[in-house]
Amino acid sequence: MEAVIRRAKELLEKGEVKAVLGYAQGTGGVRRPHFAKRPDQVDKLVLDATCAQNLAVYATKHEVKKLGKVAIVALPGTQRALIQLMAERQIRDGEVAILAVDGAELKELDSAQGLEEHLALKTQALDAKDKAKLAELEAMSTEARWAYWQEELSRCMKCYACRNSCPMCYCEHCTMDCNRPQWVPVASHALGNLEYHMVRTMHLAGRCLECGDCGRACPVGIPVHLLTFSAEETIHELFGQRAGRKAKLDYALSTFKTDDKESFIR
Amino acid sequence: MANTFKLSQESLGSLFAALRKDGRRILAPVAADGRVDLKEVEAPAQVAADYIQSVLSAKEVVFPKVERLLSYTTAPGKVDLKDAEPNAVPTVLFGVRPCEAKGFGALDAVFNWDYRDKFFNARIEKLAVIGVGCTKADESCFCTSVGGGPVDTAGSDILLTPIEGGYLVEVCTEKGAAIQALAPDLFKPGSGVDKAAIAAKVAPAFDQPALTAKLPGLFENGVWADQSLRCIGCGACAFVCPTCVCFDIQEEADPKKGERLRCWDSCGFHMFTLHASGHNPREVQGARWRQRVYHKFSYYPERYDRLGCVGCGKCTRACPVDMNLKEHLIEAAGVTA
Repeated sequence: MEAVIRRAKELLEKGEVKAVLGYAQGTGGVRRPHFAKRPDQVDKLVLDATCAQNLAVYATKHEVKKLGKVAIVALPGTQRALIQLMAERQIRDGEVAILAVDGAELKELDSAQGLEEHLALKTQALDAKDKAKLAELEAMSTEARWAYWQEELSRCMKCYACRNSCPMCYCEHCTMDCNRPQWVPVASHALGNLEYHMVRTMHLAGRCLECGDCGRACPVGIPVHLLTFSAEETIHELFGQRAGRKAKLDYALSTFKTDDKESFIR
Repeated sequence: MANTFKLSQESLGSLFAALRKDGRRILAPVAADGRVDLKEVEAPAQVAADYIQSVLSAKEVVFPKVERLLSYTTAPGKVDLKDAEPNAVPTVLFGVRPCEAKGFGALDAVFNWDYRDKFFNARIEKLAVIGVGCTKADESCFCTSVGGGPVDTAGSDILLTPIEGGYLVEVCTEKGAAIQALAPDLFKPGSGVDKAAIAAKVAPAFDQPALTAKLPGLFENGVWADQSLRCIGCGACAFVCPTCVCFDIQEEADPKKGERLRCWDSCGFHMFTLHASGHNPREVQGARWRQRVYHKFSYYPERYDRLGCVGCGKCTRACPVDMNLKEHLIEAAGVTA
């Protein structure tokens, strides 16, 4: 932590970045994102096991891009999001300074290539609780699983906290907001909720970083992250790919190969 | 003003039974997976034992997240239009906090402003509120800064304040008296309780009248952009808010039939005030966040002579990025224009 604060101060003092984005103490002990724009605002930064939000969500935000170069305190989920955003050309190499934090280790990176090499050394595993819940859902009959999600999604009110907290949900104009024409019912009724979450899941299949921020963001406790986790795990099983590992976009669901083994695609 | 009685914890079960016998459903805070949800209950034992607030506000009872306003079918040369009728169920809302009970007044200000909304009115007419005063508060609470208090009666038809073995009862309105009349024997004579001693301590956090007075001069101030830099533009704050009343009208139609729906909306959304021309008067998150604060603390007082915030703190607790409204208002109150 001291190393992060020291470096953050240095970056701001030397004018190498306009702001450092990390975590600070929030309401009732929760951690909140914190933008330090001046060296004296760096002291508020904290870094501990309760810091969870994926800060890469801010890397594509207009108001943040307008600040100029920002240094981001990047835990593993944020690192994966940043490389994926670079691969999908939403941020450029060097556009953000990455203070990659893994446990006690701090590494400074600013390119997709650097991130790829860094991430190659890391293993990625689902949280035990999520893994158990996914297995439980998998073991259910289709009817029981359907009933489970119907019940969970009935609480959804389409506040879009899940979408807006997701670093990969960066679309300027989300299909969910379209009402001329409506692709998906905009209203938060049973069908509207179901279609929204299905579209979100499919759009993140192979792109989900398994950070779990969508589930954390949900004010009514719907485990929406399990939907995208499940899709991501399926992609990994079928194609051996994981999002947030490669500097160059290699996305199973939109890759065209002339030597594809499936004949329908040729 | 209020008639004061005592009600034992055991008698509460009999009161619930009397309410149900009278054909009313009872909605109350219920513990669910670490959250507190508002759900239909039959007996007091189902009510959450220990809670500050439910996550969602009770506004859904009178202003549901989706309301069908009308439906139609079309045939060549013919449109058959049907107005929807509100499905208003006699309801008792038990255990909401005084702040939230007061929130219905802020909804009423809009739904009965220049037009009497039949959906809202049909439901609120059939709604009675049995509030339960707060003996605990948390960091997000600021009712005392917006003219409320942890054992305030405003907005409740009956207010219960927890005392040893039961509740101090204040019957505040005719609706409350009608509930009392369902089981008059349960209400024992009682007074002499020092409510202030029982009430949660919520220290005033900022001078609201002074804040309201200075807001017009802060419109271009950088504080809104600064505060909202971490806002991710979702609608969690607005949707859990007991007073946020903005809605969006959506058509769900195919060539032969359609429905017009009223859906919750949020000023946090980037399309909230987007014009058909493409112009958006609130183009950046800072302007949208400012709108949220101004609507509650400047436009409401100006238009309806009341505040659009009850200090419940639900928005703060629900926010995925910890936008703390109280903290932001304290900061705004301290800004020099």
